[in-house]
Amino acid sequence: MNEYPSAASRLDSQPNAWVAQTAVIREIIREVSGVATYQLALKNADAANAFHFEPGQFNMLYVPGAGESAISMSGDPDSTDTLTHTIRLAGNVTRRIAAMQVGETLGLRGPFGTSWPLEQCAGKNVILVAGGIGLPPLRPVIYRMLSERSKYENLFLLYGARSPEMRLYTSEYERWRAQGLDVRETVDRSAPGWRGNVGVVPQLLERLHDFDPERTIMMICGPDIMMRFTARAAMQQGMTAEQIWVSTERNMQCAVGLCGHCQLGPEFICKDGPVFRYDQISPYLKVEGL
Amino acid sequence: MTDVINSDNLRSCFLPLNQFARLFDVLAAREYEVIGPTVDQEAIVYDRLTSIDDLPRGWTDVQEPGKYRLESREDQALFGYSVGPHSWKKNLFPPVSTLSVGERTEEGWQFREPEESTPRYAFLGVRACELAALQIQDRVFTGGPYVDTPYQRRRMQALVIAVNCTQAAATCFCTSMNTGPRCQQGFDLALTELSDGFQVEVGTDLGEEILQELETVEISPAQETRAAAARQNAVDQIEREFDTTDIRDLLLSNLEHPQWNDVADRCLSCTNCTMVCPTCFCSSVEEVSDLSGDHVERERVWDSCFNVEFSYMNGGLVRNSIRNRYRQWMTHKLATWIDQFGTSGCVGCGRCITWCPVGIDLTEEVAAIPKSQT
Repeated sequence: MNEYPSAASRLDSQPNAWVAQTAVIREIIREVSGVATYQLALKNADAANAFHFEPGQFNMLYVPGAGESAISMSGDPDSTDTLTHTIRLAGNVTRRIAAMQVGETLGLRGPFGTSWPLEQCAGKNVILVAGGIGLPPLRPVIYRMLSERSKYENLFLLYGARSPEMRLYTSEYERWRAQGLDVRETVDRSAPGWRGNVGVVPQLLERLHDFDPERTIMMICGPDIMMRFTARAAMQQGMTAEQIWVSTERNMQCAVGLCGHCQLGPEFICKDGPVFRYDQISPYLKVEGL
Repeated sequence: MTDVINSDNLRSCFLPLNQFARLFDVLAAREYEVIGPTVDQEAIVYDRLTSIDDLPRGWTDVQEPGKYRLESREDQALFGYSVGPHSWKKNLFPPVSTLSVGERTEEGWQFREPEESTPRYAFLGVRACELAALQIQDRVFTGGPYVDTPYQRRRMQALVIAVNCTQAAATCFCTSMNTGPRCQQGFDLALTELSDGFQVEVGTDLGEEILQELETVEISPAQETRAAAARQNAVDQIEREFDTTDIRDLLLSNLEHPQWNDVADRCLSCTNCTMVCPTCFCSSVEEVSDLSGDHVERERVWDSCFNVEFSYMNGGLVRNSIRNRYRQWMTHKLATWIDQFGTSGCVGCGRCITWCPVGIDLTEEVAAIPKSQT
């Protein structure tokens, strides 16, 4: 068939998107119960040098025999000697990763997906909102913004965790604050010694007054329901859906829009997302069971 | 996609039946594996053919919602049926295929592509709706930022010999989807069956080359008239009408319509409609390991949005009811497919209607939405 010459011309230039690179575990950092951060390095030097990601993108981590899992990049986008993944023990694949040791290898495909709209944030306030394991996909944004802090106005991180001991990356907050990120926290359930906020994340936003909603970008990552309520609270404070970005999650298998699993309305979360402007995805996020 | 060929301007000739029989040898000499219609398990399926005798000579199919039967014809027609449960996607996008191979070595896991040669298919008997389906799957698998190389390799070297329909099933609605019944584009050769041979239309240089190896004769005006009448017969037999006006917005603005509950009471979530659909492309990847666990292959298998586990995420199901799964299938096929690929995912072949065990008819399901609204 000579029906699609455009595809023919790509026949040799397209690598098979299904074949993983070998990655070796360089370091394992225990974070909180059931969550650890893995520093991975690609074995192939050319692949390692060529690897570049934007905050918000993800990799498919592959444990032969168990399968693949989509994991967000959670390290510094400007330092990719090792590739950082904070992983929560949730299923078959992540359980197998949890049992692995430094020096063991696994497969890696990526990076995939869309990224947070950093280029639109210059000269503006930025509010990052994270719920639970939603903080890792936002950490590359924090690193990037703090490395070029003068480009932005006020920076906020509103972080909600289930309980005080489930808060991620707590050892970094002091440095982030010193570098100009206003970190505010809340927990669903208090514990002895906790003197901070108790309640849901949108309440942190309601208490935030020192920002001009018209000159603010918000990025939210967390459970669907938390993102919806946070976006609603932001809009009640004068922001528009066009200023709000969310990172969505669905079952992902191919990561390249070919297997059909991750569809939400017209979007393939893997290639059209995971990061969406809220007005684009909210009509579908609102529909139960879509 | 190339421009639409006006099939009235294609070079056309007559291929006598004995020369058509030689086509199998010509294709074999060119190292094609011929895939075409044949009778198996009381259905006309697509399988490997070695001679004209493998074709469903003298058989036809009778189709209704939830019903498919073979009946013998009064003549010896080779292509005197509509479409069966198979489509060509099973060859271009196989139900089971290996995507990558992992070997555990002393330096850890190594991954590579599987070593397999790409089959060289000659598809014989491709209907107009199926040509449309091929072009839709081309967009799905090769039209985006990522190309599915296994599909593309098979597709690039496949020869397409189309056959114009000369009859239609009660489930056919290609005229509503503007995909048929006339084969207009996307073929190397297109045939129209007559009692003593075929009218052949040439779509590509490759088609012409193959035709040169057969003895054809100039087509007579009488033969042309008979061929046109045979094709018109298919048009005349299509009774089903499917109004697709504004269908995308209609479905997406009715995601909570009670009709989804109504169809959920009938739908068995059996996945038949997605298996027989010539454009459905959902798949899952499974791990296939040897006993040592040191050699692991990743196998892609057809999956379906009707399978319960399909939307599994973080310990739960997103589409946890038949209502939600049927809604996903239909809104994807007829509405969001347009956003994704610039075309409907439906070609009007009617397979999902025929092969639904309870005879759910998607054209009626869509029609029920505006009806109950007013």
